[in-house]
Amino acid sequence: MYDDIDNMYREVILDLYRHPLNKKVLADFDVEQREYNSLCGDDITVQIKFDKKGTVLDIGHHGTGCAISQAAASLVTEEIKGKDKETIRQLDNSFVYNLLGFEPIYTRQKCATLGLGAVQKSLIL
Amino acid sequence: MVLSRFTNKIKENFPIFKNQPKLVYLDNASTTQTPRVALDAMNFYYEQRRANIHRGVYQLSALATELYEESRQIVAKWLNASDAEVVFTSGTTHGLNLLAYSLGKDLKPGDNVVLTRMEHHANLVPWVEMSKRYGFEVKYIELTADGRLLTVSLPIDKSTKIVSFCHISNTLGTINPVAELVTLAKKVDAMIIIDAAQSVAHLPVDVKALDCDFLIFSGHKMYGPTGIGILYGKKARLEKLEPFFFGGDMIREVRYDGATWNDVPWKFEGGTPNIAGAIGLAAAVRWLTEIGLEAIKVHEQELRDLTIRQLDDLADVTIVGPRVQAGPIISFVVKDIHPHDVAQILDSHNIAVRAGHHCAMPLMNYLGLDGTVRISFGVYNSKEDIDTMIEGLKDIITRFSRKRSGIRPD
Repeated sequence: MYDDIDNMYREVILDLYRHPLNKKVLADFDVEQREYNSLCGDDITVQIKFDKKGTVLDIGHHGTGCAISQAAASLVTEEIKGKDKETIRQLDNSFVYNLLGFEPIYTRQKCATLGLGAVQKSLIL
Repeated sequence: MVLSRFTNKIKENFPIFKNQPKLVYLDNASTTQTPRVALDAMNFYYEQRRANIHRGVYQLSALATELYEESRQIVAKWLNASDAEVVFTSGTTHGLNLLAYSLGKDLKPGDNVVLTRMEHHANLVPWVEMSKRYGFEVKYIELTADGRLLTVSLPIDKSTKIVSFCHISNTLGTINPVAELVTLAKKVDAMIIIDAAQSVAHLPVDVKALDCDFLIFSGHKMYGPTGIGILYGKKARLEKLEPFFFGGDMIREVRYDGATWNDVPWKFEGGTPNIAGAIGLAAAVRWLTEIGLEAIKVHEQELRDLTIRQLDDLADVTIVGPRVQAGPIISFVVKDIHPHDVAQILDSHNIAVRAGHHCAMPLMNYLGLDGTVRISFGVYNSKEDIDTMIEGLKDIITRFSRKRSGIRPD
């Protein structure tokens, strides 16, 4: 039904699932935000430390989730290091899909965008 | 197998399998497919009998009303209830909310309502919300490690006013010991509510034999349409209960400063109901009766036992829930693979299963799980469906394990 199932669960995604990037709890952070996917129970908390200019100095995420949410959270947190708040606010879901290399079906889109959602919500507060 | 020689014949009754010939549908606890007879019955109403009910003096309205009330009679007979005891609702959630709102407001601090740790959100949230309004307590029957009710030291006491529980757990498949709970509840004069959403299409249900005060279910989990359901209540109970929705059809006489209510069951059917839905549901009941619930039960039990044996052969799979005394639902987890990923890859094999918390988040926390994969059988499932599913599972385990040795060391 989906020709891209192999693409979706390709090596790099599975590797990020088993060895996620930036999966850590920060001792010192400026903002923290939890996001929850009530559909499947994916649960993520992101913590961000900014430098004086307001760009991302360090970022960590922790929680539980499927391969797609874990891989996406890894890629998103890695990619926004060094970016300023306004740039991060402008990012949309296609930013995540580009990093993943595919656009998930409707019911999995929340998995993919949960990490970015948490990051962006943390900037509203 | 009792039904196996009919399985293909049964499948022919469902247009979905003609239109989706590769579909392996194993999410029947979520919603079942609709047989042609139920679709035809609804079309008959729309194409030949469409009018509002209980309102027009013209012939077409009379014919529509007759169809609608006949549907109630069919359901009542099926449940071994009287017509006045069968209320059409929009589904199980509607029925449970109606009861929680209407019964909850008569409770006071010191009273308690007993639920189980395995309830669907629909039989949990309404009670908890009402307990905040009226000050009563909500207590829970604990579970054993394999997801059965712990029947020693039950929290039912003389302050218990309501005991409400699922007949079959939508997450674990557990068949709960109705008779035991009913006996205990009766001793303290508590009302018994049974959420039968997961049982009516899978084993014979007789409200007199169960001796419950209320029993609730949805049409769409028993081969009927969505948006229709049943609230059964003992007549005396329904008569004492105040209406939940106010509006047309549920009233007898209206003044500018008040109103009196229609008789049961119409007292609870304010507004134009889902007429086609009721007709479709009754057609599904007729169809189920023809096949026979006892035969369906045996067929699905055989599928369940067979699946459990095959799952046991997969080292990475752990079954969550009881192995026996359970309905056609199996929950399991696969080692190191999130349920959502399991479901997604099964989907690429055209297999529909549910993954996640199954609208039972507190239960998942209670069991210490992030979620499970759930397969649930219907009358049309076959041994071939299980084989396909097991092949799919093997593919998933290979996909994830082949690469487990991965680039980076742990």
